[in-house]
Amino acid sequence: MRLSPDEMIFWQHGWFKLNGTIVFTWGIMLLLAVGAKLITRNLTTEHQRSRWQNLLEIIVTAMQQQIKDVGLRQPEKFIGFLGTLFLFVAAAALCTVIPGYEPPTGSLSTTAALALCVLIAVPMFGIADQGVGGYLKSYLEPTVIMLPFNLISEVSRTLALAVRLFGNMMSGAMILAILLTITPFLFPILMILLGLLTGMVQAYIFSILAAVYIAAAMSTHEPKAPVKT
Amino acid sequence: MLIDWFTVGAQALNFLILVWLMKRYLYQPVLQAIDAREQRIAAQIADAAAREATATQEKEEFKRKNTEFDKQRADMLSKATDEVKTERQRLIEEARKAADALSSKRDELLCSDAKNLHESIVRRTQAEVFAIARKTLTDLAGVSLEERMIAVFASRLQALDAAARGRLAEALKQSAEPALIRSAFELPPAQRAVLQQAINVIFSADIHLRFETAPAIVSGIELSAGGQKATWSIADYLASLEQGVDELLAKPVAPVKAPDAIPA
Repeated sequence: MRLSPDEMIFWQHGWFKLNGTIVFTWGIMLLLAVGAKLITRNLTTEHQRSRWQNLLEIIVTAMQQQIKDVGLRQPEKFIGFLGTLFLFVAAAALCTVIPGYEPPTGSLSTTAALALCVLIAVPMFGIADQGVGGYLKSYLEPTVIMLPFNLISEVSRTLALAVRLFGNMMSGAMILAILLTITPFLFPILMILLGLLTGMVQAYIFSILAAVYIAAAMSTHEPKAPVKT
Repeated sequence: MLIDWFTVGAQALNFLILVWLMKRYLYQPVLQAIDAREQRIAAQIADAAAREATATQEKEEFKRKNTEFDKQRADMLSKATDEVKTERQRLIEEARKAADALSSKRDELLCSDAKNLHESIVRRTQAEVFAIARKTLTDLAGVSLEERMIAVFASRLQALDAAARGRLAEALKQSAEPALIRSAFELPPAQRAVLQQAINVIFSADIHLRFETAPAIVSGIELSAGGQKATWSIADYLASLEQGVDELLAKPVAPVKAPDAIPA
């Protein structure tokens, strides 16, 4: 029994291999890119617009609003990274309805890659916002003693991101596989529906956590209210 | 091993490519479309606001003009009313004058008509009286009117008081001109001779006479010489007749007695 689509190897040459994770990821990339291209090909600025354009606008504006709600002032700067995280994880989960498909997010390699991206993106946005010194200084907050704990927190939360998504997605696929062998009729369908819901929730959690980490790394918080004596 | 580091790297790369693709094909076009639409809506709202402001301004302007117009109209109306009043007064005055003029003209005409009527009545009466007298005299006495007139005139001359006859005789004698006999109608030569003789006898002198016809002398004979005059005419009778006729015309018509009311 496969725990991860990594083990589904289509082609291998030395250390280079083409496994299920990569192939399914390409499939999702192709689907998203071609879909976006097709819909945005005929975008209109009129009041009357197509349903697909409406759908895309709803998705994009909802993501923008979420990013803004988290506390990031200019959502346009972050929507590329955070929005794509959400769309990729969500698409990976939604595609589980396709027979023979295994979500690439069910591979710890993928979730680790995404978590690493977040791990790198957080200091990048932080440094871009307040400079190297300013960002590094945030590790010494509130006191120098907290430095190791801050570092541990940085690593552990990345690890948590990766493992949480992997665990959820992998378990979903796993439970489905197990249930198919035990109760092959209605119950797996319900589990698929539950899996779709879980996948969406995970996509939301993953991207919103990434947004929160980035927001925490930036100094664009509201100015502290003066303490009245 | 759950983590395959090659796959991790490949997935990270894949994700970065996907980020680029999404930015390129999804976020940018959609955000641009939204921005463009919002800008257009904002422009439309601004345009609408500007139009509203213009409309409000125009409305105010229109209101002001309307008020001004109303005021002007009221002014003009009152002015026109005043003018009409004045014009009306003037026209009434003119009409009154014209009516007065017409009335006076009518009065004049009436007077003139009355006068003409009077004159024609007089003439007609004279002619009728003469015709009747002539016919009556001819029928009853077998004498002509002229004969009787000459006789009456001669008897009148005869009957003059001494002073008057003396003054007339003096005038007849003193006058270089022949004495003038004027009559309403042409006297035949026989009558003239009778008259000549009668005058000669009355004034005891041979008096030259000149005969003239003068319709103004109402049916009579007039002898004039040196400012003295002796006349006989029926004018006195006519005046008496006229007075009688006038009295008859002036008499009010007796009102017609209303029938007695029928008792209920």
